[in-house]
Amino acid sequence: MLECRDLRKSFGELAAVDGVSFHIAAGETYGLLGPNGAGKTTSISMAVGLMQRDGGQVLVDGEPLDPGTTRLKAKIGLVPQDLALYPDLTARENLRFFGRLYDMPRARLSRRVDEVLEIIGLSDRANDRADTFSGGMKRRLNIGIGLLHAPRLLVLDEPTVGVDPQSRNAILESIEQLGSEGLAVLYTTHYMEEAERLCDRIGIIDRGQIKAEGTRRELAQILSQHDRVRLSATGPLHEGAEALRRIAGVQQVDVTDGAIDVLVEQAGNSLMAILSALEQSGVSITGVEIDEPNLEAVFLHLTGRSLRD
Amino acid sequence: MRSALTIAAKDLRQRVRDRSIYVIALAAPLGLAAIFGFVFNPISDADFTATFAVANIDQGPLASPLVDGVLGGLAEDGNVNLVHAASAEEATRLVEGDGERADQDVDAAVIIPAEFSARVQTGRPAELRVVQNANSSLASTLALAIVEGYARELDYVQGAVTTLTAFDPARLADAAAIAGLAASTPSPASVRDVSASTKQLDNTTFYGAGLATFFLFFTVQFGVNSLLAERHFGTLNRLLAAPVPRWSIILGKAITSFGLGLVSMLILIVATSFILGADWGNPAGVALLVVAATASAIGVMAMVSALARTSEQGEVFSSIAAVGLGIIGGTFFPINQAGGVLASLRFVTPHAWFLQGLGDLAGGSIGDILPAVAALLAFTAASSGIALALLRRRLNP
Repeated sequence: MLECRDLRKSFGELAAVDGVSFHIAAGETYGLLGPNGAGKTTSISMAVGLMQRDGGQVLVDGEPLDPGTTRLKAKIGLVPQDLALYPDLTARENLRFFGRLYDMPRARLSRRVDEVLEIIGLSDRANDRADTFSGGMKRRLNIGIGLLHAPRLLVLDEPTVGVDPQSRNAILESIEQLGSEGLAVLYTTHYMEEAERLCDRIGIIDRGQIKAEGTRRELAQILSQHDRVRLSATGPLHEGAEALRRIAGVQQVDVTDGAIDVLVEQAGNSLMAILSALEQSGVSITGVEIDEPNLEAVFLHLTGRSLRD
Repeated sequence: MRSALTIAAKDLRQRVRDRSIYVIALAAPLGLAAIFGFVFNPISDADFTATFAVANIDQGPLASPLVDGVLGGLAEDGNVNLVHAASAEEATRLVEGDGERADQDVDAAVIIPAEFSARVQTGRPAELRVVQNANSSLASTLALAIVEGYARELDYVQGAVTTLTAFDPARLADAAAIAGLAASTPSPASVRDVSASTKQLDNTTFYGAGLATFFLFFTVQFGVNSLLAERHFGTLNRLLAAPVPRWSIILGKAITSFGLGLVSMLILIVATSFILGADWGNPAGVALLVVAATASAIGVMAMVSALARTSEQGEVFSSIAAVGLGIIGGTFFPINQAGGVLASLRFVTPHAWFLQGLGDLAGGSIGDILPAVAALLAFTAASSGIALALLRRRLNP
């Protein structure tokens, strides 16, 4: 459905996107996972023909897409990162306006507007101005506009940023539903759990480059010889963490509220040394969990920085 | 084209919903035009009326043409009020304002002394007297000019009689007939006013047109600046991602501006004509000028807006440009009467060309406004070209 080859874009000296390639098949949800400034938005701006490329190629259904191309754009629905709607128009007016730009016949547009209002849960507020909506409702309308013309590829750029947990869950459920209906989805996020939940395949992007790509299981294989040990504890956790970093085989140590997360090669070999070091640092351990590494750990391993950086 | 109309229709809906358009495009120019028109109308030429006292002591044959013919004719046209006085003293008192009829505010007195006709007819020196009111310089100067003109006419007739009888004294008996013939002979040279009095807008029309043009530049900015607003609200990316040509986005904005500008001007023209009595001139000529002026306003404001990076910056730049050009262009006062550099500088603005075109139309035909229309279209072409070059970069990041 969408193929991006060796996309490149620089702003002055900064190479925002440096040779990004990926492809998405029909019915597949592909995630671009990376922290802020990694090059996600610039990549998808080139992918949907919003931005001129310095290099590379974009193919939609095998046909090249450029910013001047109009016909192919009808196959793509875009949900920008920032809200992109008219606050002084009603939800219905917003949808109808963008529907007309996609040359939808009048009768079909009316039906589709009602359908989309139902999908995004705004049927009862259809005739209210968008500036009277809550943040979550505006986000849902923002997604609805991208869906209106029934695109074959839906591109969502961090659609849940700044959304309350309830609305966020509703948005994710909608996207899961769309994916199951055969829509190709390109989804960018810096939330690991969203990528894990929604995406069939994930591209980890950092500093304008795809560092690794695959299914969640394939990415986890990168750290197949590693375990994630979560130690619930009290006491001087940061001193304990410092002691753990000196143990052979320990790759990463993170201190969170009331716990220390440790990425370690072969946890069975190092567990006794870890517990001993913490005890000597004055840390009291109240629980131990051993899991497979998650995408956060993979990202940290590949880029040397956290998704929240 | 269809997508451009869709964008324009959406913009117009937004502008109608945004009530500030009514203030900028209608209420403010109408209100200000009404105020300016009412303030300046008392000195309007159309309403000028003078009051003259006339003391015809002579009652002779040469007094009658002046009193009944010249002054009586002006009184019939409504340009002069005549107050008849029985004596020279009474006429003088009326002008000086200490007589029993001082309430009539007499601007000048014309006194025809006793034996005036007899003295002229017998070739003796005679005089006509004019008493001027120091507080009515314009009207009293007019009285003096009228009487001087009549005296020159008498001089011309007397010259004809004197010349003929000097060569043929036998015809002295026919002096009255010769005088009559000379008086009825048309003047060999005549003066026709083709400048100021005919190619000039009256005050109400001038201020109505000036303020309409001034606010036209504010009105069109609603459409022109909406491209910046699209970027502010993030919707520009949606428009760029939609399957529509990029030029249609700009065309849609231009259609919005053009529609708003034309409707605003049309309402102001109709309102100032019917409510304030403005006389805009030949409708076809006015329509041509309005279309050209609206196009130039869109071009100029698009160029200014294209220099801005944000919608807030765009509004500030546009306002500064609209006010600055409006003042230089003479929309608030007839800057051409200031003379010198200012009078020439005004032609760097479309406002001045629009007002010039209306003035030309008032004293001529549609053909006379073609230079103004050409100038306005030149403004449109130049400013639109610059605006498009700047916007092309914005629409192709």
